[in-house]
Amino acid sequence: MKKIILMSVVISAGIFGLSPYAFAEHVKSLRGDLALEEDSVAPTLKHYQKDEEPIERDYLQQPPLIPHKINEYRVTIKHNKCLSCHSWSNYKARGATKISQTHFESRDGAIMSNVSPRRYFCSQCHVPQVKAKELIANDFEPVDSMRH
Amino acid sequence: MSKKKISISVLVIGFILGVIFWGAFNWTLELTNTEEFCISCHEMRDNVYVEYQDTIHYANRTGVQATCPDCHVPREWIYKIKRKIQASNELYHKALGTIDTREKFEAKRLELARHEWVRMKENDSRECRNCHNYNDMDYPSQGRRAVDNHVKGFANGETCIDCHKGVAHELPDMIEDDSSAVLLKH
Repeated sequence: MKKIILMSVVISAGIFGLSPYAFAEHVKSLRGDLALEEDSVAPTLKHYQKDEEPIERDYLQQPPLIPHKINEYRVTIKHNKCLSCHSWSNYKARGATKISQTHFESRDGAIMSNVSPRRYFCSQCHVPQVKAKELIANDFEPVDSMRH
Repeated sequence: MSKKKISISVLVIGFILGVIFWGAFNWTLELTNTEEFCISCHEMRDNVYVEYQDTIHYANRTGVQATCPDCHVPREWIYKIKRKIQASNELYHKALGTIDTREKFEAKRLELARHEWVRMKENDSRECRNCHNYNDMDYPSQGRRAVDNHVKGFANGETCIDCHKGVAHELPDMIEDDSSAVLLKH
């Protein structure tokens, strides 16, 4: 049986000219369709939005986006630069959005006295934005109840 | 030679020697006021200097740099001499090897950072204001967050270092200063 399948694949490949090379010519990944050894043209540098108004969420579970630059903001075991404005102790004085209560929960659901280590690395979910064309066309619309 | 002539030549020679000694003193002092001098010790070159290279005061779009002495040595003569005399203590600790490994340095980082924070708080961030004078800030060209916090901060008598800690070097362990911004139980 296996032989028959293999044979028919080989034959049909021969008929339709679908050698692996033929496939490669039609596949266009996000990095372009250049061969590996060729240098692609470097895209223009994009700049993060420097200082914008807070960005509304498009769906309930969306981690809020960062509407400002975060260059040089370090998150280390000894200090989290984001939290120096966004923590519960600091947000009022700094006029920042406060960190969500959900971030104090351990993975077993226990409430902790400070930000849970699994939620400590902010930029795993929260990201700054650049004004750039979408790589893939997208017509996502929030549901009516989330529309603003 | 008359007495008058002798006293005049003593005065002239004294003046010339004075200029030479004063010039030599200042020249030597200025030699110690260069980044090159600061990083001639591995304690500075391998720790704080590496961190500083990652920050805006080293790398930025216009190519203006603030090097070690711009922030850490006062410009005015009397404060500069005072700081230089204090800094002779650093030679003693260099000889002792107080921070001659990364581990020793990390263990001392908070204490050393606090020295600078206290110094800057007490002198109203004088070295920052050599370049960043808040009377000269153009608020409309600042971001909305910067305007809010600058206006509020200055009104409350705060100074640069109150918020801008760790702008040129890694922050030390901040658990005592701001426990809400550190990793739990580290």
